[in-house]
Amino acid sequence: MSRSGTVGSPPGTEREAAPEPAPRLGARRRRRLLGLAVLFGVLVVSCLLSVAIGAKSIPLGDVWTSLVAPAGSENSLIVWDLRLPRTVVGVLVGAALGLAGALMQGHTRNPIADPGILGITQGAALAVVLAVYSFGISSLYGYIWFGFAGALLGALAVFAIGSMGGAGATPVTLALAGMAISALLQAPTSALVLSDQESLDTYRFWKVGSIAVTDPGVIWQVLPFVVAGLVLGLANASGLNALALGEDVARGLGHRVQWTRRLGVLAIAVLVGASAAVCGPISFVGLVVPHIARYFTGADHRWLLPFSALLGSSLVLLADVVGRMVARPAEVQVGVMLAMVGAPFFIALVRRRKLVRL
Amino acid sequence: MTRVLDAPQQVPGRSPLRLGRVSGVFRVRPMLVLLGGLVVLLGGVLLDIGLGEYQLSPGQVLVTLFGGGDYADQYVVFGLRMPRALTAVLVGAALGLAGAITQAVARNPLASPDMLGITSGAGAAAVLVIVFGGTAGALGGLAEAVGLPVVALVGGLLAGFAIYGLAYRGGVDSYRIVLVGVGITALAGNAIYWLLTVGDVNDAGRAMVWLTGSLNARGWDHVVPTAIALAVLLPMTLVGAHSLGALQFDDDTVRGIGVRVNLARGVLLLAAVVLASIATAAAGPVQFVALAAPQIALRLSRSSRPPLVASLVFGGALVVAADLLSRTAFGAAEMPVGIVTAILGAPYLIYLLIRRYREDRA
Repeated sequence: MSRSGTVGSPPGTEREAAPEPAPRLGARRRRRLLGLAVLFGVLVVSCLLSVAIGAKSIPLGDVWTSLVAPAGSENSLIVWDLRLPRTVVGVLVGAALGLAGALMQGHTRNPIADPGILGITQGAALAVVLAVYSFGISSLYGYIWFGFAGALLGALAVFAIGSMGGAGATPVTLALAGMAISALLQAPTSALVLSDQESLDTYRFWKVGSIAVTDPGVIWQVLPFVVAGLVLGLANASGLNALALGEDVARGLGHRVQWTRRLGVLAIAVLVGASAAVCGPISFVGLVVPHIARYFTGADHRWLLPFSALLGSSLVLLADVVGRMVARPAEVQVGVMLAMVGAPFFIALVRRRKLVRL
Repeated sequence: MTRVLDAPQQVPGRSPLRLGRVSGVFRVRPMLVLLGGLVVLLGGVLLDIGLGEYQLSPGQVLVTLFGGGDYADQYVVFGLRMPRALTAVLVGAALGLAGAITQAVARNPLASPDMLGITSGAGAAAVLVIVFGGTAGALGGLAEAVGLPVVALVGGLLAGFAIYGLAYRGGVDSYRIVLVGVGITALAGNAIYWLLTVGDVNDAGRAMVWLTGSLNARGWDHVVPTAIALAVLLPMTLVGAHSLGALQFDDDTVRGIGVRVNLARGVLLLAAVVLASIATAAAGPVQFVALAAPQIALRLSRSSRPPLVASLVFGGALVVAADLLSRTAFGAAEMPVGIVTAILGAPYLIYLLIRRYREDRA
């Protein structure tokens, strides 16, 4: 009973619980490990569903044979060239966004921080629209790097302004700087889109967010960045835990606050930039996943971050599968599905109990 | 007992002002900031009415406003530019006030009506009508009958009530209301983008103009409803704002000092929802004003929470200045006003953020 009580308790209770006898801590660790195993299971099932279900219904047995022994038939082409890449993209993007969301909420100590707030989405959007408008690039291969660079620049600008003066970025100024930069970047984006129909056409389809990549080669392009971002982000965990105690305490404990912040922002920018470049600004994962993960793990970032990554992957894949099923033979983009499925779930979660506060 | 209460309680360094049951402290800086904002606002309105293809000096504008000028002056001022300028003022004022209320109640600078899903709700309803208006007969007819602003108003109110209803659990926790609002924003925002992909590219273009916030061809029929809403809601919020100071504390403390938390919070939030919805109905979701105006007012007057009246004035001034630029600075082409509010407001907010750090270090 008392164990389930600590699940959603504020960090204050958790810190009070720390000096208690070892058995309780051991129990919590066991529960977290169990949760991790369950999440892995969910992820595996989501991957299988993502490969098995699609616009063309292929019997499960055929899916399996075309997976293990591709014969060049139509079915194996669909599985290998369309569904498998899509699944891989879903896993990568979901993990990237889930982790980035947890990092963002940790650094800004703001429960509603998401890529849109830190100026990253708008940076990517402006760059993509610029690529289409000025250079006439309209293939994913072409504008992926623009989106990436835009996201990076947006994030760096927000961080630079938020930490101007050498005092380091505080959560509120970081978030406000993010909103200001977002608005500033949105303005030319809107202006370009409104003056050029081709840009608008690309922009509106990019903006909804879809993981249906047409070229599997894209995966190899973003893979190094996502992996690097994941490693950087996970390395940020203990620093974030210290920062949660307040900057002064963290400094007193010997943590290099500035470096933690820089590392975090770099990881966020790389993760969000890479995913926005491939599938547009998928908005819901980074926002919701950390709240669900915190519900299982409490506020300890060493657990919260990997949980968020795993949960993000599963959520994106499942939403994508549902999106393929609801509007057959057409499909609803994953960005839209995530909001339609995720928002009611998120609201129910917020209503049900006190969430862990940041 | 009574003697203790009767004894004038001194705030160190300030002289208290008392008027019956109402009391307050006079602070010089917020007053100067407010006056400065009013001067900018009035100057902006005069210029906004005067400048354009048919040029009038501020003096001529004033003369015309008081009944002078020839027929052409009268027509340009009263028929074209004044309703538009007034719409700008009122929309900005309503957004600034709504933003100040929500930011103060939720104790979060990001909790502007944009983030709480009210403007997205209004936007989604409007885009639905714009995208399907031409093709889907029943919906198109309905939209034509009631008009886009009404549809947007209904959408905004629906989103507002949904947020309040969903966040209500024997009371409304400010943290929960922000999170629920974010959920609704995500829902409505994604609905908007999806609707944009469903429709024809021309409809998507029209919807984008509306979504950016535009004052093009706004007339008296936009001024009147917004003015009425402000006239009713401003006194209401000023009364409710008396308890805003108490809402800074946690719920138990607030109850302890005898403020009816849920009533105060509910009334204030309802006012904010109606204000934001009316503003959005009149000009589309003009981005950033509800977020920036209260923050700029807060930082200039150095108060502990967003000042309501100053936020209202700054909101109005921001949108009027943006309208002035949107009509004159881009040659023949006219930028939607929402783009210009961002270009004007964002750098200033950034400047304030940076300057505060310099002062902290000095």
